[in-house]
Amino acid sequence: MTFRNADVLLDVLRYQLGLTGAKPGCLNGDCGACTVNIDGAAQKSCLMLAVEAIGKEILTIEGLNAPIQGVFVDQFAFQCGYCTSGFIMNAHSLIETKKNPSDEEITAWLESNICRCTGYMEIEKAVKSVIHLPKGP
Amino acid sequence: MNIIGKSVIRKEAFDKVTGRAKYTADELSGPSLHARIVTSPYGHARILSIDDSLAREITGVRAIIVGSHEFPLTGEEIRDRPPLAVDKVRYYGEPVALVVADRYEIAKKAAELIEVKYELLPVINSPTEALKEDAPILHPNLMSYEKIGTAYPVAHSNISNVTKIRKGNIENGWSQSEVSVEATYGFSPSSHSAMETRAATAEIKPDGYVHITTSSQAPFMVKRLMGIYFGIDIGKIIVETPLVGGAYGGKAPIQWEVLAYLASRAVGGKRVKIVYTREEDLTTAPCHVGLEALVKIGCTMEGVITAAEMVYWFDGGAYSDKAIDVSRAGGVDCIGPYNIDNVWCDSLCVYTNHPYGTPFRGFGHSEVLFAFERTMNMLAKKIGMDPLEFRKRNSILPGHTTPTQVVLNKNTVGYLPPCIDRLKDLLDWDQGEITEVDDRRIRVKGIACSWKTSTIDTDASSGVIITFNSDGSMNLMSGVVEIGTGTKTILAQILAERMKMDVEQIHVKMDVHTQTTPEHWKTVASRGVFMAGRAVLEAAEDVIRQIKDVAACVLRTSTEDLEVAFGRVFLKDEPEVGLMLKDVVYGYKFPNGNSIGGQIVGYGNYILRRMTYLDPETGAGQPGPEWTVAAHGVEVEYDKRDFTYKLVRAATVVDIGVVLNHKAALGQVMGAMSMGLAFAGRETFVFDELGRVMNPQLRTYRPIHYGENPRYLVDFVINPVENAPYGSRGVGEHGLLGMPAALANALSIAAGVELNELPLTPELIWRTKGAEL
Repeated sequence: MTFRNADVLLDVLRYQLGLTGAKPGCLNGDCGACTVNIDGAAQKSCLMLAVEAIGKEILTIEGLNAPIQGVFVDQFAFQCGYCTSGFIMNAHSLIETKKNPSDEEITAWLESNICRCTGYMEIEKAVKSVIHLPKGP
Repeated sequence: MNIIGKSVIRKEAFDKVTGRAKYTADELSGPSLHARIVTSPYGHARILSIDDSLAREITGVRAIIVGSHEFPLTGEEIRDRPPLAVDKVRYYGEPVALVVADRYEIAKKAAELIEVKYELLPVINSPTEALKEDAPILHPNLMSYEKIGTAYPVAHSNISNVTKIRKGNIENGWSQSEVSVEATYGFSPSSHSAMETRAATAEIKPDGYVHITTSSQAPFMVKRLMGIYFGIDIGKIIVETPLVGGAYGGKAPIQWEVLAYLASRAVGGKRVKIVYTREEDLTTAPCHVGLEALVKIGCTMEGVITAAEMVYWFDGGAYSDKAIDVSRAGGVDCIGPYNIDNVWCDSLCVYTNHPYGTPFRGFGHSEVLFAFERTMNMLAKKIGMDPLEFRKRNSILPGHTTPTQVVLNKNTVGYLPPCIDRLKDLLDWDQGEITEVDDRRIRVKGIACSWKTSTIDTDASSGVIITFNSDGSMNLMSGVVEIGTGTKTILAQILAERMKMDVEQIHVKMDVHTQTTPEHWKTVASRGVFMAGRAVLEAAEDVIRQIKDVAACVLRTSTEDLEVAFGRVFLKDEPEVGLMLKDVVYGYKFPNGNSIGGQIVGYGNYILRRMTYLDPETGAGQPGPEWTVAAHGVEVEYDKRDFTYKLVRAATVVDIGVVLNHKAALGQVMGAMSMGLAFAGRETFVFDELGRVMNPQLRTYRPIHYGENPRYLVDFVINPVENAPYGSRGVGEHGLLGMPAALANALSIAAGVELNELPLTPELIWRTKGAEL
């Protein structure tokens, strides 16, 4: 595929690869709706050029199959769903990176995303329920 | 069957956690051109010239459109707004020109090269300024504009509408009053800030059909208004709305669709897409109104309120849009949920040089309640009465009369006293309003009560179609837009309950297509479940009747002896004699091949009952179907040294009638509370002297983030409503209504000063306490 040097990763994912799960919300790194995982780390794809992602492993919500998705459903951790992809990718990255994170660590990760519909308590319940799931060997 | 009340998972849930859910801007099928707006950099200025010569030279630019008297004026009550500014700009962010290009980057570059010369004009930055004698008149042609609704503008003024409420005799009220409090209040406009910015595509086909896809709460209103504005046959306008990424009232107005249409028309009808940037979504799109208020309440020493006199000046911004309706709603429920014999209120909608106002969750109620419920607290303090007891004593109840002189009954108003009692439990009210944490910090509780009816169009209606699949499962089609409220899942629950069927057997069409989906007026005003729910029940009766007709013929019985439930139609007194629905709903085939019936298709509709316009002199009239009531509280931890505070707990108790989906209802109330606390505590547009919005980004206009939220305590009082689907009341907005007042009441106690402005920032507290820069 070809893209311009100036293209941000978000636009290439959405408009060239058709992966519209990552959402534009501000194109300024303020809202987190475009969060994807790059080599296992959460990354706002509006703040990264597509050329910077060459050779890296990009995981978007479309490729995710993790318990966090199910608990978001069970806990009603979304309403309109627009911020959900980004929130899930960020939370997934937290769960994969930190063992038993403290409340402060959870907040430090999740405060980079905005949800305008819920009061965040549902998201907190969902994320904590996965953190406290028995981990595999 | 008992599906009502269950926390049924929303039907589109799995799409939303896998990235498969599609919103307007995600629609990538087929090529499209892209539009970019050139917006006004000033609050008020004359357009001297527009030079687009450099922009036109860029390869890939297909059209540049500037404002023209040829374009129709738009508006829902008063048609006062050109879709692209003509001669003058009246607010920062107002569309001035539109560039259409092959790619978005090209359109953006060309837009930046368009040179617009302005001459600055005096800026009106508040209703007070707008009503000064020497204020510029923003709409000199106000009286000659076409009116669609029932607006009452004032000639030679900046007043776009006046709502007068006159109940009882205010002079008598004051003569009976022994103690009174009068105070003024104010706040600037703010934003809905849905995470999905507004977006639309438009295409005009060679046969004249106009196809619009839009992120909207009102696709049917888009269809109707585009027909009116541009003289298009209404049947030739097809509007589609997929899932909407948050709305809160902000996607009920029609703006971006008009721009997309103009863009498409300029390029021979080719498909054009417009997606607002966050900055445009904050400033160009219609916003949440501002308000200035004067409230005076009087009572006896025993705490019986005898008089309430208010003037509300709504900051409707540069164009009237739906701000007129918001100001009317603020007049209709100009007091809190109290029984007051003598009420006098003028509610005015005022033009300013701010982004223009439109519905915002709560529709004028949280705004006037902020002013009213603050005054209630001051009055309670003055007579030395507990503020919740004061409210309980004056609660409006069945048998009482509203400010618009509606006599209430147990169906048309909820019960406030049990809400107050439950709130006291949740907040440990008996332990006092103030708790000391350490020498710097105190925890303080503030409370407020609220009510709301839905003042929507008197002829608003909702339709539902049900079809069957050959396995006996059902398809549900409603014009309600799924904006995040889960309404369509709840409609499926209502249908499942009535059909005594598994909710998994009900398939819901999520997107709206105005050619194939029956109309639901607008997905606003907490009316989705009530209106569409009634339509669902009527449609269910329709299909049940049709099923029985076929089954009666096959089973050689009368329809009265039949019942439909559990996927069967059977004899009531001999349940083993019956037919599977799957053998009936696509026509019944006899063993010899003879068939009767056919696919069963049912429909239902509902139109609001006995709504009336308000009397222009007294406000008397039936403005809405019923009033939901609620009691709210907020607990803050306040730092006496630097005036910062943390939200600790927030509580709301609503008389919900009946809970239809428990977790969904909790989510609606908590989400609304969050939005109310954000509006109250932090969110506002900051304007400079030129009317420019200084904070048009989500890092400077900063919503509540994870971890900044309080712990939410939500409970429901249950009093089923007779004419509502399974007895439920509207609940989408009500969590928000008391939050601004409750937070302000808590912080006023904490800071020891009366805080009568929003947002309630540490800086405001510091200033109110007398500090100077």
